[in-house]
Amino acid sequence: MIYAEEIIQQRVARELHPGTLVNLGIGLPTGVSRFVSPEWGILFQSENGIVGMGARPPEGMEDEDLADAGGGFVTAVPGSATVDSAFSFGLIRGGHLDATVLGGLEVDEAGRLANWMVPGRMVPGMGGAMDLVTGARRVIVAMQHTAKGRPKIVPVCTLPITSTRRVTMIVTDMAVIEPTDDGLVLRERAPGVSVEAILGATAARLIVPTDIAEMQFLRIAV
Amino acid sequence: MKNAITPEAAADLIPSGAVVMIGGFMGVGSPHRLIDALVAAGRGELTIIANDTARPGFGIGRLISAGLVSRVIASHIGLNPDTQKGMLSGAIAVELVPQGTLAERIRSAGFGLGGVLTKTGLGTLAADGQRIIEIDGEEWLYAPPLAADFALLHADRADYNGNLTYQLTATNFNPLMAMAAKTVICEPREILPVGAIPPDAVDTPGVLVDHLIRRAA
Repeated sequence: MIYAEEIIQQRVARELHPGTLVNLGIGLPTGVSRFVSPEWGILFQSENGIVGMGARPPEGMEDEDLADAGGGFVTAVPGSATVDSAFSFGLIRGGHLDATVLGGLEVDEAGRLANWMVPGRMVPGMGGAMDLVTGARRVIVAMQHTAKGRPKIVPVCTLPITSTRRVTMIVTDMAVIEPTDDGLVLRERAPGVSVEAILGATAARLIVPTDIAEMQFLRIAV
Repeated sequence: MKNAITPEAAADLIPSGAVVMIGGFMGVGSPHRLIDALVAAGRGELTIIANDTARPGFGIGRLISAGLVSRVIASHIGLNPDTQKGMLSGAIAVELVPQGTLAERIRSAGFGLGGVLTKTGLGTLAADGQRIIEIDGEEWLYAPPLAADFALLHADRADYNGNLTYQLTATNFNPLMAMAAKTVICEPREILPVGAIPPDAVDTPGVLVDHLIRRAA
């Protein structure tokens, strides 16, 4: 599973534009930052109010006033800024965030994401997810292709959706998929993964162009 | 000049059934001593308005674990299984609001506005029972103002006029809630003489603050 997560994180890292503001969701998306070079000048936003979030501090050097949206201790990079919650969501909704990278439970053929609840079983709340998907300039879904063998890319979301907005890109451990006006288009396959295997693990209809490139990475898996 | 009172005296001001806003994000920037005093006072049937309910036994989670909360308006309860259990069993009425919408609902109450219009939540469960307003052919979700009887805040520094400063991500909802409640009680880390905080450094003017919590003995 570690390997699968790294494939996703490394591929997503290539999508981030130098010098922009990016929000990484808690969990798998957080790990994308490991594959982002400081030279790119990307600032990470955390919706609890940091523009320029840094890595976890060494043990004993935590600041109790400085945490990420999951409540875990972080640092602030030199040149960062902190803001209140209304301002933070102004950045998100107001189109000032270049990209958000979020985990997913399901994505459907219309490119709609479901990632905030499983009725009757898991009701964590949407937190900032609905604002992020609605307001970020680009929405990148970073998730495993299947959950316990069950496809997560489905014809129509069975779980409550996070937004009606079509996401920009889906990156999984098997493929890169782009939602378009015509439907979901397969763009890339992970190293060693065949198009047939991707089709077999996807419940939604996939449009398959003739040439499917293999994912390229900027760095080799650590 | 503001009185600096004990957390116990502050908890005595808050009756059962009160609507209480509490600052903080997963407990970061929450008034922990004030919450402890509220738990000890055993005031029940509280409505809590906050970003989240932290974790069991920590921050706002202490009020949940003590069974003192009957209603929660929050954006996220995922890291507190007690709140989720209470929601699924019906013991706690939970209204989940997108985080940015929650912030703006509180802000609009405090700033004297009639709510805000947002795209967030349109076409999702968050729009259930909400008003959709069409303006020039474009649909918006109406988010009404959200006010409270009490706001319980954390600050980094205060002076005895009640001027407050916040630090880093402990800011979060605190300055918004300072505007949106009838009675505002703040637990600062330290209280300085009047004049020690330069005007430009004040985040929340003291006129908004009714009571300061005394430093721990």
